[in-house]
Amino acid sequence: MSAGVATGLVTNAAGRRVPTHVNGREQAPYKGVNQHCPTGNKAGPPIRSSSDYPTNGDKRVANLETALRLCGLRDGMTISSHHHLRNGDRVALTALQTAARMGAKDLVWFPSASFPCHEPVIDLMKSGAVHHIEGSMNGPLGDYCSHGHMRGLGVLRSHGGRWQAVQDGEVRIDIAVIAAPTADFFGNADGSHGRSACGSLGFALADSVYADRVIVVTDNLVPFPCIPWQIQGNNVDYVVEVDSIGDPSLIVSGTTQITRSPDRLRISELVARFLRDSGIMRDGFSFQAGAGGIALAFVDYLAGMMKQANVKAGFVRGGSTKYLVDLLSEGLIGYILDGQTFDLDAVHSIASNPRHVATSPFTSYNFHGKGNFASMIDAAVLGATEVDVNFNANVVTHSDGRLLHGIGGWQNCLFAGCTILAVPSFRDRIPVIVDEVTTMTGPGELIDVVATERGIAINPRRQDLLDAVKGKGLPIRPIEELQAEVEKICGGKPAKPRLLDRPVAVVKWVDGTVLDTVWQVVDDNPYAPKVSGGE
Amino acid sequence: MPAVAKISTLRRGEAGRAGDDIRSDLHVSFEERASGGIEIGLRSRVELYYGDVIRRQVRDVLRALGVEHALIGIMDEGALPFVIAARIEAAVRRAGLAQGKSALPEAVTLAAPSPRDRLRRSRLYLPGNEPKYFINAGLHGPDAVILDLEDSVHYAEKDAARLLVRNALRAVDFGAAERMVRINQLPLGLADLEEIVPQSPDVILIPKVETAAQISDVVGAVDSITQRAGVTRPIWLMPILESALGIENAFAIATASDRIAAITLGLEDYTADLGVAKTPGGSESLYARQRVVNAAHAARVQAIDSVYGDVVDTDGLLHWGEASRAMGFEGMGCIHPVQIEIIHRAFAPSPNELEKALAIVAAFEEAQARGLGVVSLGSKMIDAPVVQRAVKLVARARKMGIIADQASTGEPS
Repeated sequence: MSAGVATGLVTNAAGRRVPTHVNGREQAPYKGVNQHCPTGNKAGPPIRSSSDYPTNGDKRVANLETALRLCGLRDGMTISSHHHLRNGDRVALTALQTAARMGAKDLVWFPSASFPCHEPVIDLMKSGAVHHIEGSMNGPLGDYCSHGHMRGLGVLRSHGGRWQAVQDGEVRIDIAVIAAPTADFFGNADGSHGRSACGSLGFALADSVYADRVIVVTDNLVPFPCIPWQIQGNNVDYVVEVDSIGDPSLIVSGTTQITRSPDRLRISELVARFLRDSGIMRDGFSFQAGAGGIALAFVDYLAGMMKQANVKAGFVRGGSTKYLVDLLSEGLIGYILDGQTFDLDAVHSIASNPRHVATSPFTSYNFHGKGNFASMIDAAVLGATEVDVNFNANVVTHSDGRLLHGIGGWQNCLFAGCTILAVPSFRDRIPVIVDEVTTMTGPGELIDVVATERGIAINPRRQDLLDAVKGKGLPIRPIEELQAEVEKICGGKPAKPRLLDRPVAVVKWVDGTVLDTVWQVVDDNPYAPKVSGGE
Repeated sequence: MPAVAKISTLRRGEAGRAGDDIRSDLHVSFEERASGGIEIGLRSRVELYYGDVIRRQVRDVLRALGVEHALIGIMDEGALPFVIAARIEAAVRRAGLAQGKSALPEAVTLAAPSPRDRLRRSRLYLPGNEPKYFINAGLHGPDAVILDLEDSVHYAEKDAARLLVRNALRAVDFGAAERMVRINQLPLGLADLEEIVPQSPDVILIPKVETAAQISDVVGAVDSITQRAGVTRPIWLMPILESALGIENAFAIATASDRIAAITLGLEDYTADLGVAKTPGGSESLYARQRVVNAAHAARVQAIDSVYGDVVDTDGLLHWGEASRAMGFEGMGCIHPVQIEIIHRAFAPSPNELEKALAIVAAFEEAQARGLGVVSLGSKMIDAPVVQRAVKLVARARKMGIIADQASTGEPS
């Protein structure tokens, strides 16, 4: 790590030590919820003229290398990619490897998320082609960063925060490489059709609008016009046709199975009962749940309760799976406003059902905008790795400090009317409710409920929720009581793992301020996964 | 000390399991030493958080077991303290040491002792050598948990499971659930009783009972151990009838001891004994089930049904449970927590039944208050047995929490 990538540590409004400069750029420390509302204008890409583009609309070039050369690839550029192809993606890595082969150095990779398939980027970082990653890191990339091997500081943003950073000019994308399951030669592109169909392309929308140069890469070139389009060809510089943009079997899964773990089922049922008994589940209500084991089971329980009470939801936010799609076709929910689709049923649904709509981080999450859908949701059910007795929560690092998950839409969803963290009370003897989270990803004032298999803790700030569920037979318990019970089971308070006083990444809040710092881990846990080929 | 002579007699033992697919358990390899104190090699998933706590516990457990010099290797997959203690004790005992000694974990406060006629709609089976299922079992709200030492435990692991179950009975809070243990067939079951009975299980299930004499053997052992260990809470017995002979002797077995609170049956073994296939409809075991119901009621103990083996088929379970209740059973076993709620639903009286029963009880009470010998409801006269059944049903619904306590007492006067 070069000197000066993280300097000037100060304590922010959440009481966390954060750098005032990250990768040479000045940062605003977190000021509190709804406190950082800058004025001024958004950033904008350079003006282009249609006279510089083919009048017949055909922007195809021979290959990715040609496209990158025409985009003026040079050292230090920021290259972006989206993660709708998930662990099946072939485009992001190919783009970076091609740039490296062309001799580019010190690139910044700005993905909307990274996956295990991107592990070879470690080699590119070692060779000097990639300087650092600004985006979620987990698995081998997370370990590489956690152990301080990355030359620059990691910057972790929510989906909405990524849009905000791009539109506010905090991140300038030099070249956006957009993998497209379907596109025409003009650059109109969509994710709902083609053999590599992934559903929405919403995560690539900011890149297409704000990047200096935009390359669309597709393995399903259709005659103009590509209908529907989510990416507008008018924002696209070049189109590259390739044999395959990814492995379809890894882009979407088959039908996801609902968990059979008794404890997870119990948590899911408690969350559904909470929504019912608190009165949040009423005609026209809205909710969002992810696609994890608990979330799927929660949707299943809630659907049963909705049928029994003859209640219909107005709209639901995805990521979607078969379970949400079934509710849509049964008429139990009015619309799915979808950020991403996780299985084949959901991909087919978004392609064919007009009530299943692809959204983007702009419509759903962007904090520096004229509102967003996230705050209109009645209830969001989310996960966490840790939550503290003040309801602050961690979703990016494991209790040992290693980077474990991206933020995704998690921070943005905290603005829902009722935010529920559905978590087991301990995992492998490690308590989930702690005195202080390892990495603060969300402030407790936005987290209303923590639902565990041992009971439900309601944030004392939400007296209305406490009153609403009184006498309904739910196991409502103070969070301190749950913590004490689990610590008794686990044999006392867990020791706090030692972390080095050296930042390896920062966690941004939805408004672009720095909420917390991720510190370098000490590699003294024999069971911690090893960095593959660490220095 | 003649160290050379000692080496040849140094003993080893192993217990427990570790590996990528194992959770909440550990593997212990124990090796006695002639000198040098305790040396611990620990690899743990939770090293960063509880490494020092585990090392301290290892020393405490070995001290309690009277071991002064040993090399002990532990591969820990996030096991809770009561599991760690049980696995170390098993390894040390397998080395032939610590005879007559044990390392008991701290005891939790137990729920109130079980009345003999307690509600026993559901009993959740927990394999006795699978510690990961223990800690949250009570949260799922079964009327009972049953820690199984018999069929779910491999023969080679009987000794280790016994210690694990013993520690769980002390250290795990099963909440309001009654704590049951299924011991092995005698004589192996007698060794189980030695470890289990001092920890005050509420009910002991005795498998493959065929004669009243077998009950006497168990009762004798339970009596002497409770006396020796100073156990004051009641320990009830639930014999399991799993053969043609056992079914024939149902009444004799049900009346063999005052400790018997219920009898139940095992249909896998029973159908095997008959040499017939076990079918979803269960017509082949109809007689056995009716026999158990009749014998139980004759003996004034509870009749409890077998288990429903298909976890996914919730409709099938509901129908089986409803039919079972209609036959006179008061509960059945569960092999997965998702079955609990369905079973409770199956064994609950229907709203219609309950409404009728409440009306009859109210009429009965009114007649009592007015000093009338004849109970009538509307234009109908109600016979005494009908009143009796209604009173029973209301009392049971109250136990299930279906109707509030402040309503009619429902107790026969």
